[in-house]
Amino acid sequence: MGEITFDISLLFYFGAMLLALLELFKETKLLPKFILLLAGIGFGFHTVFILYRGVAAGHVPIVNPHEATSFFAWCIFLVFFALEYRYKLGLLGSFIIPVAFSLMLASSLLPKEIKPLSPILRSNWLGVHAVFAFLANAAFAMAAGVGLMYLVQEHYVKSKHLGGLFERLPSLKQLDEINYRLITIGFPLFTVAIITGAFWAENAWGSYLSWEPRQVWSIVTWLIFGIVLHARLLAGWRGRRAAFLSILGFLTIIVAFAGLALLQKGQHIFQ
Amino acid sequence: MRVLVAGLNHKSADVEVREKLAFGGDKLEPGLRGIRGLPGVSETIIVSTCNRVEIYAGVEDPEEAAGRIKQFISSFHSIPLKLLDGALYFYSGPDAVRHIFRVASSLDSMVVGEPQILGQVKGAFAFALDKKATGVLMNKLLKKAISVAKRVRTETKVAENAVSISFAAVELAKKIFNDLTGKSVLLLGAGEMAELAAKHLINSGVREIAVANRTFERGQELARAFNGRPVRFEGFKEEMFRSDIVLCSTGAAGYVLHKQDMHNIMKGRRQEPVFLIDISVPRNIDPKINGLENVYLYDVDDLQGVVDANRNERGKEAEKAEKIIGEEVESFERWLSSLQSVPAIVELREKAEEIRKCELARLFNKLQLGEKEQKAVEYMASAIVNKLIHPPTAALKEDAVDRELLIETIRKLYGLNGDCTR
Repeated sequence: MGEITFDISLLFYFGAMLLALLELFKETKLLPKFILLLAGIGFGFHTVFILYRGVAAGHVPIVNPHEATSFFAWCIFLVFFALEYRYKLGLLGSFIIPVAFSLMLASSLLPKEIKPLSPILRSNWLGVHAVFAFLANAAFAMAAGVGLMYLVQEHYVKSKHLGGLFERLPSLKQLDEINYRLITIGFPLFTVAIITGAFWAENAWGSYLSWEPRQVWSIVTWLIFGIVLHARLLAGWRGRRAAFLSILGFLTIIVAFAGLALLQKGQHIFQ
Repeated sequence: MRVLVAGLNHKSADVEVREKLAFGGDKLEPGLRGIRGLPGVSETIIVSTCNRVEIYAGVEDPEEAAGRIKQFISSFHSIPLKLLDGALYFYSGPDAVRHIFRVASSLDSMVVGEPQILGQVKGAFAFALDKKATGVLMNKLLKKAISVAKRVRTETKVAENAVSISFAAVELAKKIFNDLTGKSVLLLGAGEMAELAAKHLINSGVREIAVANRTFERGQELARAFNGRPVRFEGFKEEMFRSDIVLCSTGAAGYVLHKQDMHNIMKGRRQEPVFLIDISVPRNIDPKINGLENVYLYDVDDLQGVVDANRNERGKEAEKAEKIIGEEVESFERWLSSLQSVPAIVELREKAEEIRKCELARLFNKLQLGEKEQKAVEYMASAIVNKLIHPPTAALKEDAVDRELLIETIRKLYGLNGDCTR
């Protein structure tokens, strides 16, 4: 019964994405408002769906790939609305909604049934770990989206052809700053996720670190964003380099997330 | 009398030469007096800005006067004549008039359409007028030049161009820095266009301005105008550690900022972004610098490209402006040549009048006429005189092709000797 809310939110997200892509080619005053409206309605249904799942399953509904990808998308939308509220960045939706929608689409294709939880997943650490991990991942995803916007805008300025999206994209300074802020928010969240994950692992298997691929990838991701922050503060790696690194970081997250889930190996495969 | 222009600008001479030849401050008045005192030169105006030094003169023989003026400049500024050879240009006659009109209309500027030059021409004219260095020819010519410049400004969009260029620079700065409040600007060199761009930046919130100019005093002047801080030109690279926006128009012949310099500066700035605007012709900043990270370098052509991409009519506007100038040159030349025939007309009238008076007096001596008859005879005499001299006068006033030949012919036929016959 609650499944219908997922499909409705998928539909509204799809509409929001179409408008967001249209915005790349056409500039109107109303379009950004409609995008926010559609995404907002989709987000509302999506939230209802997650709550329904949680109540129905009796635990935090982030335990199978379907739920995980859907929650990832939900977190990205959450960060998107926060940024829209705070900064009103031009064209942000065009760069990030397609990513979030793709996650939702992937989620819709994955098996949805609620199965009894295996004993190792029955831990309080799980909910904390997963929520922190996905919020961090969403912040990193947004940092990558903003980084991509930076690279596009910088290309216009460097090449001196100021056509296309130049007028509507935000300033380089603002994109760089927001990229930096997102990483400074995402990094501690991710650190907490890794620590709680280690506790969970110890709880479930008696070992904090078992070098299974998911753990290794997480550490790689953590290192990449750690380097972004470190190099920025110490060596002034900003702008272009920071943008490239955050996109690279996001790609490792996607690889960790999709690749390892599909390979069906390791203990992070939930059933 | 003919118009002569002797001058040098940013295209003909680099800044070192221009600065040596400038008639700035205390040098202007002695300069005017010196040139006015040259044989064959009866009127003069000197326009001296950082991008050009020009001498406008009313002369008898342009070629002779050009030589004398060149000699004068050389001795006045104690510069070897040889150095002036490539730098100075001379125009005379209609070419000179056209050049003056183009300068005043800002078609000859580094950035076409920049508004400062008209004010500078006006100032130069007012100064020369005040020092009584001008006469009928220069007064008329400069008044005309000012009105032509105004016509060009109102009838074409050429003037918008410079405004659009500095506007484009400000827009770009905003796309790089987002907010310009708290950004610091360095003016490197004090060109006409740099001032305009700096004004626009200040209007957009820039507060901190430093000026580094080769002549420190001029830099100080400009810094005062912008409430800024003068910096020694030699120290500009150190200053750049703290400058977010650099407006460069030193007018040097080559690059004053190389890639390695900028590389070091960026290290010192910990890669804080920099926007470099090079409005010098030729360029003063190595274009390779644009390849460095977080450095954005635009020269005049780049900015012009940005402006042109927005509207594609600059070519047409400049053409329109040149056409206006063409018309005005013609009308001025007409006035000038009508000026030539004025003495001949006056002489002709005076001669006829003298003959009339002479003959009447002789007649009245011989015959005792009543008042009424005298009046009738006088009337007839002036009618004959007027009817006889009307056709040649009209011919002289007319816009003839070989006016000089006509004047010569009439002088010969009527026996006018060139001096006033009184």
